[in-house]
Amino acid sequence: MSRLIPFFGFLLLVALFGFGIWWNTQHDQREVPSPLINKPAPAFVLPKLDDPAQTVSRDTMLGKPYLINVFASWCIACGEEHPVLMTEGKTIGVPVVGYNYKDAPDDAKDWLAKHGNPYDMIIVDREGRTAIDFGVYGAPESFLVDGKGVIRYKRIGPLTPEVIAKELKPAIAALSKEQP
Amino acid sequence: MIRRFFVGAHPVRDNPTKRPSWRRAQGALPQVLLLLLFFMATVAFAQAIDPLPFKDHAQEVRFQSLTRELRCLVCQNENLADSNADLARDLRHEVFNLMQQGKSDEEIKQYLVDRYSDFVLYDPPVKASTLLLWFGPLVILLAGAAVVVVTVRRRGRAAVTVANDKPTDEGDDW
Repeated sequence: MSRLIPFFGFLLLVALFGFGIWWNTQHDQREVPSPLINKPAPAFVLPKLDDPAQTVSRDTMLGKPYLINVFASWCIACGEEHPVLMTEGKTIGVPVVGYNYKDAPDDAKDWLAKHGNPYDMIIVDREGRTAIDFGVYGAPESFLVDGKGVIRYKRIGPLTPEVIAKELKPAIAALSKEQP
Repeated sequence: MIRRFFVGAHPVRDNPTKRPSWRRAQGALPQVLLLLLFFMATVAFAQAIDPLPFKDHAQEVRFQSLTRELRCLVCQNENLADSNADLARDLRHEVFNLMQQGKSDEEIKQYLVDRYSDFVLYDPPVKASTLLLWFGPLVILLAGAAVVVVTVRRRGRAAVTVANDKPTDEGDDW
């Protein structure tokens, strides 16, 4: 029996490494959990892309839930996400606010003219200063903000049909339940 | 960053095999070296593109040591001080600005943790979710030590029994 102990030790290690491999295929290792979930969204005041004289702030957006989608014309993964937003953006039931991140406004406009505009409104953070308050570290990222201005859900990386169906829509459904 | 330039520049001088040929050949080699130095200079320029107006040397030292303890979120195996990522530069500026406002190191770390979670810290804080991380190795070490102690004792006892049973055994096993 005691001769089998090393074998069991080996099996234990195999199980441990196997679990490690399985775990890493299930999770994006680069994903950093946001400490902002269920906290008020940072106060922001940002100009609109189509009319820089007009600004949008956290306070003007209060009252109704909305989805902030961080994008940029230089961001390759945003190009992958874009068709999904074009087809599914209108079906999620909340306005989609495009957050143009560290981009030249003209590049952003060209990009949208070429690929289509899935956004109900676009705000511009040219310097990326406000994005630091949101804990943005890559595009695309999406934040679901409820009517009280609290961040309820965050997606790091492109929104895919699966993510929208399995994560985003349930999160939005939960919002509409508590706000009749 | 500047230091890296010097580290890069030295091998030519430090390599003794290069010296004789360098002195002998007055032809192409100096030009090659010049060209090499030119490229090194551009590399150094590219890395030193981020000059910050520190109040004094002490503040610069503090800035350097603080940004070395913070992780770059984009290239996650680099610290803020070394990373060339765009966001790392922004965050360096952020840290610099907070320093100018008289914030302490702890306050600056908290500022970043509030936005990017504990992940930005290379030194994870001790709390419930990190207990295994901090003390797991110690537990494993103690478990290993316990196994060794038990095994050694058992063998010692076994050896004594064997010795009592067979006094003529001279250790042929070895």
